[in-house]
Amino acid sequence: MEFTLLIPALPLLCFLFLGLAGHKLCPRAAGLVGTLSMALSTALAWATACIYFFATPHAGGYEQIVPMATDWLCFSQRLVISVGVLLDPISVMMLVVITTVSLMVHIYSLGYMEGERGFQRYYAFLSLFSFSMLGLVVAPNIFQMYIFWELVGVSSYLLIGFYYTKPSAVAASKKAFIVTRFADLGFLVGILVLSYYTGTFDLGALTADKGSLVIASTAGASFMGLSVASWAMALIFMGGAGKSAMFPLHIWLPDAMEGPTPVSALIHAATMVVAGVYLVARLFPVYVFAAPDVLQMIGYIGAFTALFAAVIAVTQTDIKRVLAFSTISQIAYMMTALGVSGYGAQEGPGYMASMFHLFTHAFFKALLFLGAGAVIHAVHSNEMAEMGSLRKYMPVTNIVFLIACLAIAGIPPFSGFFSKDEILAAAFEHDKLLFGVLWVVAGLTAFYMFRLYYNIFWGRERQYHHKPHEASWMMLAPLVVLAVLTCVTGFIPFADFVSSDGAPLHTHIEWPIALSGIAVALVGIFAATLLYRRGGDLPDRIAARLGGFYRATSRKFYMDELWMFVTKKIIFRLISTPIAWFDKHVIDGTMDAIGLSAHRSSSAIKGLQSGKVQFYAWIFVVGALVIAIWQLFF
Amino acid sequence: MIPMHYYLILSAALFFVGVYGFIARKNLLAVLISVELVLNAVEINFCVFNRYLYPQQMEGMFFSLFGIAIAAAETAVAIAIIMNIYRNLQNIDVRHIDSLKH
Amino acid sequence: MGTSANLILFWTLAAVIVGSSVLAVTARRMMRAATWLLFVLIGTAGLYLLLNYHFLAAVQLSVYAGGVLVLFIFAIMLTSANGDRTEPQDKRRIAPALLTSLAGAGVAVVAVMKQRFLYGAPVEGDTEINMKAIGTALMGSGKYQYLLPFEALGILLLICAVAAILIARKK
Repeated sequence: MEFTLLIPALPLLCFLFLGLAGHKLCPRAAGLVGTLSMALSTALAWATACIYFFATPHAGGYEQIVPMATDWLCFSQRLVISVGVLLDPISVMMLVVITTVSLMVHIYSLGYMEGERGFQRYYAFLSLFSFSMLGLVVAPNIFQMYIFWELVGVSSYLLIGFYYTKPSAVAASKKAFIVTRFADLGFLVGILVLSYYTGTFDLGALTADKGSLVIASTAGASFMGLSVASWAMALIFMGGAGKSAMFPLHIWLPDAMEGPTPVSALIHAATMVVAGVYLVARLFPVYVFAAPDVLQMIGYIGAFTALFAAVIAVTQTDIKRVLAFSTISQIAYMMTALGVSGYGAQEGPGYMASMFHLFTHAFFKALLFLGAGAVIHAVHSNEMAEMGSLRKYMPVTNIVFLIACLAIAGIPPFSGFFSKDEILAAAFEHDKLLFGVLWVVAGLTAFYMFRLYYNIFWGRERQYHHKPHEASWMMLAPLVVLAVLTCVTGFIPFADFVSSDGAPLHTHIEWPIALSGIAVALVGIFAATLLYRRGGDLPDRIAARLGGFYRATSRKFYMDELWMFVTKKIIFRLISTPIAWFDKHVIDGTMDAIGLSAHRSSSAIKGLQSGKVQFYAWIFVVGALVIAIWQLFF
Repeated sequence: MIPMHYYLILSAALFFVGVYGFIARKNLLAVLISVELVLNAVEINFCVFNRYLYPQQMEGMFFSLFGIAIAAAETAVAIAIIMNIYRNLQNIDVRHIDSLKH
Repeated sequence: MGTSANLILFWTLAAVIVGSSVLAVTARRMMRAATWLLFVLIGTAGLYLLLNYHFLAAVQLSVYAGGVLVLFIFAIMLTSANGDRTEPQDKRRIAPALLTSLAGAGVAVVAVMKQRFLYGAPVEGDTEINMKAIGTALMGSGKYQYLLPFEALGILLLICAVAAILIARKK
């Protein structure tokens, strides 16, 4: 299985090639190079999946295998940072998801980005992004994961700020980078705490044997009333929360819409935001056994974020923002599922459900974004108010978008139904409150997705500057492929392949819960149909009736303002300004004083260095005389 | 025999006449002549100390001998430098040779 | 020679040396200053003779009075376009220089007078050092012999000759 190294290596080579020589190629050739290398990676990833799941003998469960690893930094006998490839069910699954979605985005971008300035640069960054994410999921140790984690941050920064002449894009890219970087600080501290106690970075060693290494090495150590293991895992989760846009670190994600739409698809569906979920899943045994309190917290944060983002999504008018908040909501769904999960078959299927939802969500969310991209391409606007009745002009997009909406709403037989049902079932078993929240969110999700759908493809006829046209086949092909995947992935017996302890899980659809989920989704769809299909003024009247709550929701509950207040007013004014003053006046002042005194004294004594030899001689004689007199008479 | 300090006082007088010349004169050659006076005073001292304090040995005399040879060498180089200065500045006034500073 | 004759000789030489040296550093014309220097050098050679250093006196006369002084005279003639140019004295420099020199001379005299010297046992009879002894000491490599300084000095002179040519050469 050594060839799995090629899966991340190919995008890296492609990035280097396009980054260094891209401007010499014509744009189309650069795009083809990027797409072809990604296609190769995709083929390899599928081959890996086939070999891993079907051709490798496994008795009672899939094991972690490390086809290659090499020591990179040796700090001590035990503390070694290695780089390599780790294959286990979730990393293989992630390889497939990332490469497939990335390939679709590559193909789609050939059409979408045609004629853009910096086309080669765009493909170079796409390759870098794919490389970072692939390197992240195959990391066999937590430090390699951290390195690629930061690389993901950098490449997302580069891609969100792709239109670097637009001030809003620059601001958004900085925001994404700073917010996730701030969260990564927690991740890094968490890694250091964890490795300090356990003496290893190796993920296999950390998670082996129900996390006993972590439990044994941190036993008895506590800080501020919380065990060290909990602290470490909470800090690591902070990094995951930053990348996965959990409340309150979600503020960067809606702004990340400033990047090109295919990039949003990549960030939201397959890379970046799922990194946090993947991180928690990767360290899941440690969370379950060493820090169950943190896992509990993750569940509640996830549920709150899901509800919070879903409510905001209802009021947004920018179609990409609606999708962004739906992403936050769905990712939070996955987090909640992890939070309510136990270890092994008997303790609850949340882990499997979370991964399953990650898998299905990747395809339908990519589909939604690429579909939205096609719409934006056609009408040249992100605002719902400037769209309507597009079904007449864009029939294929209409159908695939409808499929994706049904999938995310959780209507059978589309893939979202199956994974969402598993999550709801897991939550129901574990915590009724969380189940209630998720249930409401399911209804809200259906409502806002169909609000989006109707506003774009139904509703009132608008006056367009020029007639909207269906997207080119280059953009439609990935949409169709993703639509097909959205239809079929739900039927994959996912529990046979992925579970928290590697052993296959036997699940069946919990019909009472499934029916309740379908029911609430149908209610949401029905409400959306009633309100938005004809495009009347009823929604505006309801909004007016809700008053302050509506305004707060459409302003995203003032979270951005709150963060600005915290950073600008509190951190900048109370901490940074005094430090800056101290630096400017005390430290710089000391240095300036030293420099100034040297300058002053040198200009004071430079007259002595006159170059007049006789003056020197005279001084010398006088000095000698003074010494002689001193010696003679005193 | 002549008391030693007669010689020493004579050489001290010669020495400080040289010092005066070194400080007061402006002509580089006059400065160089003053240096020769100083050197002479020192050599006299070496010989006198040799003769009066260690008459069986000849270190002082040899020191003077070498001193004379070095003075000759030094004068040759110094005069070459003075010639060069004269060629560049058209005079050999001490006050003008600080022009490297500017 | 008797002590009184020696004393007379000494006073004469001392008068010549001091007088000539004062004139050498105060003479307006450089050529005259060089001439007064010649008298100082000759007087010094006389002192060496008085101290019975005959070889040193010969070296003083031939190297200093013969060699160095000729160099001076050439230099003076080359750097004074219209023969022997008078040089205006700088009045401001005289006072500090004079004061320093007089103070220095005073200190030196006091130091010499205060000092009690331990005279070595005077050598009876002919105290002149013969040439053979000087030659042996210069060419020998043992204790109190000076082959190494002699060679070093030879190299120094060679270097100085080359350097002087190099510096004074026209570009």
